Amino acid sequence: MLIPSIILAAAFLYLCLLFAIAYWGDKRADAGRSLVANPYIYALSIAVYCTAWTFYGSVGRAAASGIDFLTIYLGPTLVFVLCWAVLRKILRISKANRITSIADFISARYGKTQVLGGLVTVIAVVGIVPYISLQLKAVSASFNVLIHYPQIVMPSAVSTVPLLQDTALYVALVLAIFSILFGTRHIDASEHHEGMVAAIAFESVVKLVAFLTVGVFVTFGLYGGFGDLFDKAMESADFARLLTATPSSTFGNWMTLMALSMAAIICLPRQWHVIVVENVDEKHIDKAAWLFPLYLLLINIFVLPIAVAGLMEFRGQQADADTFVLALPMLARQEGVALFAFIGGLSAATGMVIVETVALSTMLCNDLVMPVLLRLKWLRLTERKDLGRLLLGIRRGGIVFVVLLSYLYFRLIGESYALVTIGLVSFAAAAQFAPAIIGGIFWKTANRWGAFIGLGLGFLLWFYTLLLPSFVRSGWLDETLLTAGPWGLALLRPQALFGLAGLDPLSHALFWTMLVNIGAYVAVSLVTRQSAIERIQAASFVDVYRRAEAGQRFWRGTATVADLESLLVRFIGAARASQELAEYAARRNLNLGKMREADAELVQHAERLLAGAIGTASARVMVASVAKGETVSLDEVMAILDEASQIIEYSRRLEQKSQELEVASSELRAANVRLKELDRMKDDFISTVSHELRTPLTSIRSFSEILHDNPNIDPAQRSQFLGIIVKESERLTRLINQILDLAKMEAGRMDWQIERLELKEVVDDALAVTRGLFAERDIRLEVDIPAGLPKIEYDRDRLIQVIVNLLSNAVKFCDPVHGRVAIDAAVEGPGLEGGAVRVSVHDNGAGVALADRARLFERFQQIGNTMTDKPQGTGLGLAICRQIVERFGGRIWVDSEPGRGAVFSFLIPSSPAKAQAAQ
Amino acid sequence: MARSVLLVDDEPNIVLSLEFLMRQAGYAVRVARDGDAALKAIEEEPPELVLLDVMMPKRDGFDVCQTVRANPAWKDVRIVLLTAKGRDIEREKGMALGADDYITKPFSTREVMQKLRQMLPPES
Amino acid sequence: MRQGLRGERLVALFILAWLAFHPPIVTLFGVSATVMGLPVLYLYLFAAWLCVIVLTGLVVGRGDAGGPDGPGETARGEREG
Repeated sequence: MLIPSIILAAAFLYLCLLFAIAYWGDKRADAGRSLVANPYIYALSIAVYCTAWTFYGSVGRAAASGIDFLTIYLGPTLVFVLCWAVLRKILRISKANRITSIADFISARYGKTQVLGGLVTVIAVVGIVPYISLQLKAVSASFNVLIHYPQIVMPSAVSTVPLLQDTALYVALVLAIFSILFGTRHIDASEHHEGMVAAIAFESVVKLVAFLTVGVFVTFGLYGGFGDLFDKAMESADFARLLTATPSSTFGNWMTLMALSMAAIICLPRQWHVIVVENVDEKHIDKAAWLFPLYLLLINIFVLPIAVAGLMEFRGQQADADTFVLALPMLARQEGVALFAFIGGLSAATGMVIVETVALSTMLCNDLVMPVLLRLKWLRLTERKDLGRLLLGIRRGGIVFVVLLSYLYFRLIGESYALVTIGLVSFAAAAQFAPAIIGGIFWKTANRWGAFIGLGLGFLLWFYTLLLPSFVRSGWLDETLLTAGPWGLALLRPQALFGLAGLDPLSHALFWTMLVNIGAYVAVSLVTRQSAIERIQAASFVDVYRRAEAGQRFWRGTATVADLESLLVRFIGAARASQELAEYAARRNLNLGKMREADAELVQHAERLLAGAIGTASARVMVASVAKGETVSLDEVMAILDEASQIIEYSRRLEQKSQELEVASSELRAANVRLKELDRMKDDFISTVSHELRTPLTSIRSFSEILHDNPNIDPAQRSQFLGIIVKESERLTRLINQILDLAKMEAGRMDWQIERLELKEVVDDALAVTRGLFAERDIRLEVDIPAGLPKIEYDRDRLIQVIVNLLSNAVKFCDPVHGRVAIDAAVEGPGLEGGAVRVSVHDNGAGVALADRARLFERFQQIGNTMTDKPQGTGLGLAICRQIVERFGGRIWVDSEPGRGAVFSFLIPSSPAKAQAAQ
Repeated sequence: MARSVLLVDDEPNIVLSLEFLMRQAGYAVRVARDGDAALKAIEEEPPELVLLDVMMPKRDGFDVCQTVRANPAWKDVRIVLLTAKGRDIEREKGMALGADDYITKPFSTREVMQKLRQMLPPES
Repeated sequence: MRQGLRGERLVALFILAWLAFHPPIVTLFGVSATVMGLPVLYLYLFAAWLCVIVLTGLVVGRGDAGGPDGPGETARGEREG
């Protein structure tokens, strides 16, 4: 049954189905009903990690060294546990910067450096080509095993076939066509290939089901289940060793494999492509974090059983364990299972080749060929219309180039190595990217020279310690290179560099490459300085969560909207360009038609769009070509805005300062209002003083003139007028004295004669002065000054002045008919040191309305009584009292019940000197 | 018949002196001690001239002046303002409100009487 | 804060898994015996692996609705401090 035509037909049908699925996926994507926008497809597409190497090679390795094949899958599991910290951050950064490949990521992180992207591309191509060739070899070998059915012929026994009869060549060509059709359908700024992803996810399902089928068949068909199989195996000491061998003997190797696989799950170009570039939604990583490891677990369950079963079935024969997956069903005459296993292996290989070539060709195009072409001025590329076609052409060429190069490697070298070994060489190459990537997203100081030198040295050592020996094995180079070292220098033996022997070649290589890679990366980064754009990029990568979009608004050049548009048209086509610009304009509410100069944000946006098509470094060069003036002259800006945290700090401080300014200015405003008020009051004061002075002056002058002009005036009238003149003169004198007193007190220039006083004596003196007033108006006076009041220290005359003032006020305002005034005193505030003395003067006049009480003590604030008479007095008396009392911390106030009189009281501390000290 | 003058001031001594002089000069003098009393007196019988102090309690001189000028029946009443506030702005305000003249305290009684005679010659 | 908690849990899980998948812990199970017909080492590695996967799923995914990291998490899922 299993004749070549049927096998070929099955393979062909399978590939057709793949084409159909990819085609359908693209159609759905075009229609806007994405097939791949869900976490399950995403997780399955990541399973492109499981290649033909997994499918055939794991069994081979398990048969040789037991359980340690699992390290290749436990490593990725560990990384996916940390997806939250690492993968999600990479995803966020890549989406913000429209990263198209791993080379693009590294070049963008380290200042959009083209040289760095080129180096990464070279390393990736050189490192991955053996891995692709491994897939071709697996397909070819499995086909060769299968066509000899029912005989079981090991591939090593098959002589080299002529080129045109080599199935591997045709497989390679078909895969190249597939990659070209679904990986380079159009230049897309988002670089999503939904059809391809759908096909890859489908392949993941096929290879899993195929492998499980073989596993179930072997375990439950050939044997009676796990127990039976393992029981039989344990009978043999050799096989028991495989099942129980602990990694203790190969401790270093175990660690090495774990480390390599951890690096590989991110750093292999195809893994980067499916995890990062093809990711449509950051949230999908959450599900993939456990779905993908689960997939790995499932596909590995039967590896050991198949290996052990194969070893037992083919005991004593010269059997290649890499073929057990096929050979066991064939041995049992299970054609269907064998064919399905072949298809499974085919799917594992094709999936890997397709994604890998697309990823590599994108890197080749964006980070190697385009930068070079754009630099070649004579090509006048920058002036060409429709560069999109050129880009596609380069990518298609890249795919063919990579596939053919892999085939070449397979033809020349591949035969000499087992599957796993080739794969691990590639893993070690990809692992060189890990320091630059992981360092790049967590360590801001890392710079382009550190990354460049670290990568370069790591790559050179990888080449020397791993790739060169593979050339020796294939017979290209003399065996003595390994045994004696180049030029007989034993210290330089590629697999025992500087005498480091005793490690397996892989651990040896990993140690040296990582030592120089990480060492140079860290050391050079620490001793060299970053340029401005490197610092910007470093900050925008490391602080991606903090800065989101705002990361890159450091553009000072100018570009016209028209120039930018034509640039976009040339790379991504007219339809896409106008659609993108229209979307941008709609989002920002702009009318691009009216804008001539593009603002920094639009320039940035255009650069990002271009980056999706040609990579960040080239995009920057292209945008710079249409921008006038300074493109990037950021050193001054960056001196201030060194880090995002600093920006935040500055803006916070600015905010604080502006708040302080606001407070200060509002205080100033308040002060200004008060000053204006004071100015107005001063004006009023002067105006009032002048009025108060002019009034008595007017009277004096008038009567003087009357007396002067009328010598014959009758004596009674003459004496009345003279009396008025005398009285008004007195009033004038009093007024002038009071004004002077007040001015002196307010200015603090009053001489105070402080002495110890008996309050009773002071009150008596005041009463003596005012006795006449009381007698004149027939007002009853009650005095109640208790004995034993504490002595007070005060200026005697001033205190008398206060009491006289209050008494004469009381006389003026008390009831005109039954006038009654009382004065009393008491100790107040015993809590105060030495106490305070209160003196109150009561009258039974009209009282003072509440509203007037406070301003009563202001200058010239007389409260008119109900009569039309002008209030008596100068209007300064109470103001002077207040000045005197408050001079040493005392207090003066009025209590009143309107209609029932008023009580004017003042309180002075008995020891004003101390009170003053306390102020 | 004697020319009628209304003297309005809250300062009794000033009232006393001016009243004395005006009577001596042959005017018929009435006296009011504040703004309200002044308006009442004007309503009772409009004088030919009002000597009006500005700074008075309650209704001040400006107010009285304005009220008089607002009533067309009293358009012939002449108003001379007396004030102790010597600032130009007060003077302008008074003139704007319709006062006929403006005398600043402390004034000379001779000057006041001369101005009075000019504006309102006493009937011989 | 919850985001931070999730991150911390994953780091702890990572360390746990790292230890579980490396010598010397792996070495402990390298004995020539079977449990339910399965070699101990084989059984251990797959069981530990499954545990790590399940725990990862619980911490990361929405399957932990009953846990302290519970519902409403997706709304906050955008930012990390």
